[in-house]
Amino acid sequence: MFYRENGQFKTSYKSDQQIFPIPQDRWAILAIIAIAFFVIPLMVDEYLFRAILIPFLILSLAALGVNILVGYCGQITLGAGAFMAVGAYAAYNFLIRVSGMPALGAILLGGFTAAAVGIVFGIPSLRVRGLYLAVATLAAQFFWDWAFLRVKWFTNDASSGSVSVADIDVFGWIVNTPTDKYLFCLGILVIFSLMAKNLVRGNMGRQWMAIRDMDVAATVIGIRPLYAKLTAFAVSSFYLGVAGALWGMINLGSWEPAAFSIDRSFQLLFMVIIGGMGAIAGSFFGAAFIVILPIFLNQILPVIGGLFGLEVSIALVSHVEIMIFGALIVFFLIVEPHGIARLWSTGREKLRLWPFPH
Amino acid sequence: MSGRKIGEVILDLKNISLSFGGVKALQDISFDVREHEIRAIIGPNGAGKSSMLNVINGVYRPQEGDIILRGVHHANMDSYGAAKAGLARTFQNIALFKGMSVLDNIMTGRNLKMKANMLQQAFWLGPAQREELEHRAKVEEIIDFLEIQHIRKTPVGRLPYGLQKRVDLARALAMEPQVLLLDEPMAGMNVEEKQDMCRFILDVNDQFGTTVVLIEHDMGVVMDISDRVVVLDYGKKIGDGTPDEVRANPDVISAYLGASH
Repeated sequence: MFYRENGQFKTSYKSDQQIFPIPQDRWAILAIIAIAFFVIPLMVDEYLFRAILIPFLILSLAALGVNILVGYCGQITLGAGAFMAVGAYAAYNFLIRVSGMPALGAILLGGFTAAAVGIVFGIPSLRVRGLYLAVATLAAQFFWDWAFLRVKWFTNDASSGSVSVADIDVFGWIVNTPTDKYLFCLGILVIFSLMAKNLVRGNMGRQWMAIRDMDVAATVIGIRPLYAKLTAFAVSSFYLGVAGALWGMINLGSWEPAAFSIDRSFQLLFMVIIGGMGAIAGSFFGAAFIVILPIFLNQILPVIGGLFGLEVSIALVSHVEIMIFGALIVFFLIVEPHGIARLWSTGREKLRLWPFPH
Repeated sequence: MSGRKIGEVILDLKNISLSFGGVKALQDISFDVREHEIRAIIGPNGAGKSSMLNVINGVYRPQEGDIILRGVHHANMDSYGAAKAGLARTFQNIALFKGMSVLDNIMTGRNLKMKANMLQQAFWLGPAQREELEHRAKVEEIIDFLEIQHIRKTPVGRLPYGLQKRVDLARALAMEPQVLLLDEPMAGMNVEEKQDMCRFILDVNDQFGTTVVLIEHDMGVVMDISDRVVVLDYGKKIGDGTPDEVRANPDVISAYLGASH
């Protein structure tokens, strides 16, 4: 009953066009960001940072990228992992080959390289759509898997494409403890989320969504499919590239191409489907869900098994995990194609009236 | 009608022929549209009316013929070019962007007039924000004009059919077109909705001076609101003139009553 918009009247279009037009939402988000920056580093232990929080932040960033392409522009992709790999290996190459290259610069350049590659692999989208486009992006996945394994130049002649980087240095701040890594990723995620939200609420986002919803009508009102689709591929791949660079350089430290295999592509697509296509918040919900569920099952299944005197093996847990994902994806595709984010906003609509329905 | 004055020829279609494989959708059709007038295209089902509209705004390219808009030849333009040249249209089967709100749908109609680059948009910098506000104000005028204030934040998928048609018109109007092409704006509407739509079309024509080309099945409506009527049958033009002339044309009568087929 505290979630009310009564008496909040907008007197200018500017105030109506804010990201969070309802003050309660605005304060809640600011509070969450403040807690994430200042409170969580004090409370959380190292394991939680490594196992949950850092992967969650980076995968959220990657899911944002996939959501821009799949959720907002309606171009399905199975090559997300490949663009992460391009970002990671490009950042690595910039870092070791260009002397004096700052780490942050290398990460961003990794993103831009991924964006360029994304544009090239996005060209088929001008001709094919749906399942056929998915297959075309799959080609990107297999091509880059192969390239980073076999083309020695990309990996600085490392065997089997495995490379590693030292702790990175951001304007004199050595990011080496889990807390540092967490804060660095959080900072990037906050900025990138804001950029994504600005893009999708403005003219760019409307063009993407127009192409997604009705491409003939979109061209008739002067949207060029070429421009809209390729910008979506570029922005999406930029996000994925930066996420890939962070995943390699911050989360893993040393990695090989398998870190960005097709499993990663599927995982990111599942995040977007479960979290919510075409909703920024959906990327976070999906990432949180997919990162936390396996850990949750690991803890809870042996306990439940214990109740019935059954022994639950690790293998069984991972099988159950796959089954639950499969079931949930089918469930969401049928029941709620807009994912957890839509459930969340429906809940909020209800909350506006609760507890008095009139 | 009121103070509007019908001007020079703004859109001239010359000898348009269009075929799909062996099917001749349009054969050697010529007609013109004068500035500020309401020009109707009528004809039985399959006469080629929608194809004609699709030719005018570049969705189809005619095999033969020329399209002259304000003295500029446009025979080879695509629909993006048509939009740039100031042609807007609505669709027979509503083609709104279903996942977007009414406001966003109409704002999309402003996209050709928005110039901020991607970086400015990503950081919501001065030009991007200013532009967004300016165009919002313009869009709100159209929303007021078409009386859809109460649904501006509603996703269009949830709206009833009649309102969706109105949003479709609003999106086309947001382009501030020189020529507005309406493909069966009143199809499937009840009498009241038809009256509303007629009023809006007349008001648009009257207040903004927009030239209107419309396809419509409801003869009463067509004869009432249009200045001149083109009649198509089996891809050929069989009549052209004021509503009264067309009504008296024996070819038109036989096409509609099926006497000679």
